[in-house]
Amino acid sequence: MVSYLLIILLVASIASAMAGLHRARRQRDLATIKVHSRPIYHALNAAIWTGVPAFVFLLLWTLGEASIQDMLVLSSFPGADQLSGPERDLLISEIRQVQAGNLFTEPSPEILAAVDHLKSLELIFNWAMVAVAASLASIGAFFGYRIIQDRYQARYSVERSVTWFMIFSSIVAIITTLGIVSSLVYEAYQFFTKVPFAEFFFGTRWEPQIAIRADQVAGQGAFGMLPVLFGTMVISALAMAVAVPTGIFSAIYLTEYADQRFRSVVKPLLEILAGIPTIVYGFFAVLTVAPAVRSLGLSLGIDAAPNSALAAGGVMGVMLIPFISSLSDDAFAAVPRAMRDGSYALGATKGETIRKVLLPAALPGIIGGVLLALSRAIGETMIVVMAAGLIAKMTLNPFDSVTTVTVQIVTLLIGDSEFDNPKTLAAFALGLVLFTITLGLNLIALQTVRKYREKY
Amino acid sequence: MLTDTAIETKLSSMTNQPSIKMRGEKVDVFYGEKQALFGVDLNVPEQQVMALIGPSGCGKSTFLRCLNRMNDTIDICKVLGNITLDGEDIYDPKIDVVELRARVGMVFQKPNPFPKSIYENIAYGPRIHGLTKSKAELDEVVESSLRKAAIWEEVKDRLQEPGTGLSGGQQQRLCIARAIAVSPEVILMDEPCSALDPIATAKVEELIDELRVNFTIVIVTHSMQQAARVSQRTAMFHLGNLVEEGPTDKMFTNPDNKLTQDYITGRFG
Ligand SMILES: Nc1ncnc2c1ncn2[C@@H]1O[C@H](COP(=O)(O)OP(=O)(O)OP(=O)(O)O)[C@@H](O)[C@H]1O
Ligand SMILES: [Mg+2]
Repeated sequence: MVSYLLIILLVASIASAMAGLHRARRQRDLATIKVHSRPIYHALNAAIWTGVPAFVFLLLWTLGEASIQDMLVLSSFPGADQLSGPERDLLISEIRQVQAGNLFTEPSPEILAAVDHLKSLELIFNWAMVAVAASLASIGAFFGYRIIQDRYQARYSVERSVTWFMIFSSIVAIITTLGIVSSLVYEAYQFFTKVPFAEFFFGTRWEPQIAIRADQVAGQGAFGMLPVLFGTMVISALAMAVAVPTGIFSAIYLTEYADQRFRSVVKPLLEILAGIPTIVYGFFAVLTVAPAVRSLGLSLGIDAAPNSALAAGGVMGVMLIPFISSLSDDAFAAVPRAMRDGSYALGATKGETIRKVLLPAALPGIIGGVLLALSRAIGETMIVVMAAGLIAKMTLNPFDSVTTVTVQIVTLLIGDSEFDNPKTLAAFALGLVLFTITLGLNLIALQTVRKYREKY
Repeated sequence: MLTDTAIETKLSSMTNQPSIKMRGEKVDVFYGEKQALFGVDLNVPEQQVMALIGPSGCGKSTFLRCLNRMNDTIDICKVLGNITLDGEDIYDPKIDVVELRARVGMVFQKPNPFPKSIYENIAYGPRIHGLTKSKAELDEVVESSLRKAAIWEEVKDRLQEPGTGLSGGQQQRLCIARAIAVSPEVILMDEPCSALDPIATAKVEELIDELRVNFTIVIVTHSMQQAARVSQRTAMFHLGNLVEEGPTDKMFTNPDNKLTQDYITGRFG
């Protein structure tokens, strides 16, 4: 229904743009003074007047429609006012399911009555929507057409609308972020009403497998995040140990030593690495690298698990190389040629120039790249889900399996879960921790990169 | 090997002429396909200031950069001919370019201090060449270089502050001090005052005059007055050719070549 309306609205806008264009041209030709705006602006203005108010109405209407209908249905449902919040949600979703024809059991007569009520409401709502949208569009079209005059400042009006559209777009981005963060904070708060702060932040046992139903047999549950965080750090450290030296050295080679031809081939190749989906890295890690790491560990006489921190961390490191190398590359390239010349003219070798002049000058840029890569490593999910392991252990043995914050969030939320259960809520607390860490790292990274930009 | 230079040194000591520090013979320079210098023959006298003048794009910087092989850092640049320092061919494969640049220092058109402290800027050269054995000795080199570059009084209380925080003129003198710190024999200067105001320029010119006692200096300049003030000999370039070379007095009063005369009097350039 709404999609048809949108198409009709679009057609109407185009039509009123045409009409506006025509009228504006005629006015221009008749005008004795210089017209303020070119006809195209009048046309755009007419289209905006026709389309935008109705469009905004439709948007708000579809967003709000369902909850108003729910409220009306519930208010006439016998005994609904005594129900608690979640029970009301349950009731409403049952009514909606029945209305959609998904019957599991024979619905009760009250429900059937409610469904009928809902159906009639929807009909009314639909017609109301059409009526309002149509009148908004036609009033807009009329107004937009009538306003076309030789001195009417259509250009300003169009530009103002465009500005508003840009403001709207950025507000959408901000509001989405705020929404996500606040739901994270809210659920994490719920979690902390069930599990003490200190246990979560300082506990050393992570065993979230608690009973969901009363008749299940399971452990008591322990929610100490330290072993999980520890796993994340071990894997990130391994990944950085691979990515940082490789990335920086390849950047140095590419900017300072490689000739133009080599550079033009290798640089895009390196950037392709960044485009490989992480799931591909993931099965590469679990199918190829993990067995190799295991047999290496066993041959060294080390206790090696089939899933290892080393396999996951190593592959993640490869994934991160392009981040570090391309940001370092930019940082090296941004060091002015005069710095190099100054150093060479004093009789410095290439190595000395790189070590003593280029590296210090490019360091902030490199640090920015490293921090961005680190926050990627900490937030990376797919590779570790596939290749790292599930059991939270505090171990420094890279051949052992460890688990990470992201892996735990995935496992906590997979399968049947209740939203008021500490097991499920723990995922949000972990998410909040992760978010805080990566946000902090990103802020530091941006700060260093910005400081560096001001330098030259 | 008793070369021409050795003989010449003898000769010049007899005639009281300065000896020749660097000698360029039939120097051709190519940037890729494009030829920038055509068979330039030019000698640089010891412990004097030689000025290179000529219209923009005529190859002054190119010639200057041949003298310490800075052109090596440009991939497409090719140098032919013969350039010697104290009679030794500096393009000989046996020559270590690092050592050559320690003997032939360079100051650039735009001051380019490293983004390090003033002290570190000066200590950079002595450190990489291992010229000093102790911190005290290094301190001494830093101080004497800054003194020779006539900037010691201005910076002695702020040696740990970044060199990039100095004024343009101070930065340029810092760069001169940085070049002096490796005790080169020749200092090449490519328009060292073009980014400076008249007062800073005067200071640098005064400095160049003092440095002549210890160093051989080659300076590229667009200012005829500057060439006349600081140099003993002047060489005029045009379109990649050396037009004329001679004592500065003569060049500015009575040049042999019409081109030189026109350029100096500002009729083209
Ligand atoms: N890196 C380079 N690549 C290609 N061509 C160059 C390069 N440097 C200089 N040239 C060319 O060589 C010629 C001489 O340049 P050079 O810089 O020596 O001139 P100049 O006399 O120093 O001029 P100016 O007074 O403007 O500094 C010019 O035609 C220039 O275009
Ligand atoms: Mg030049």
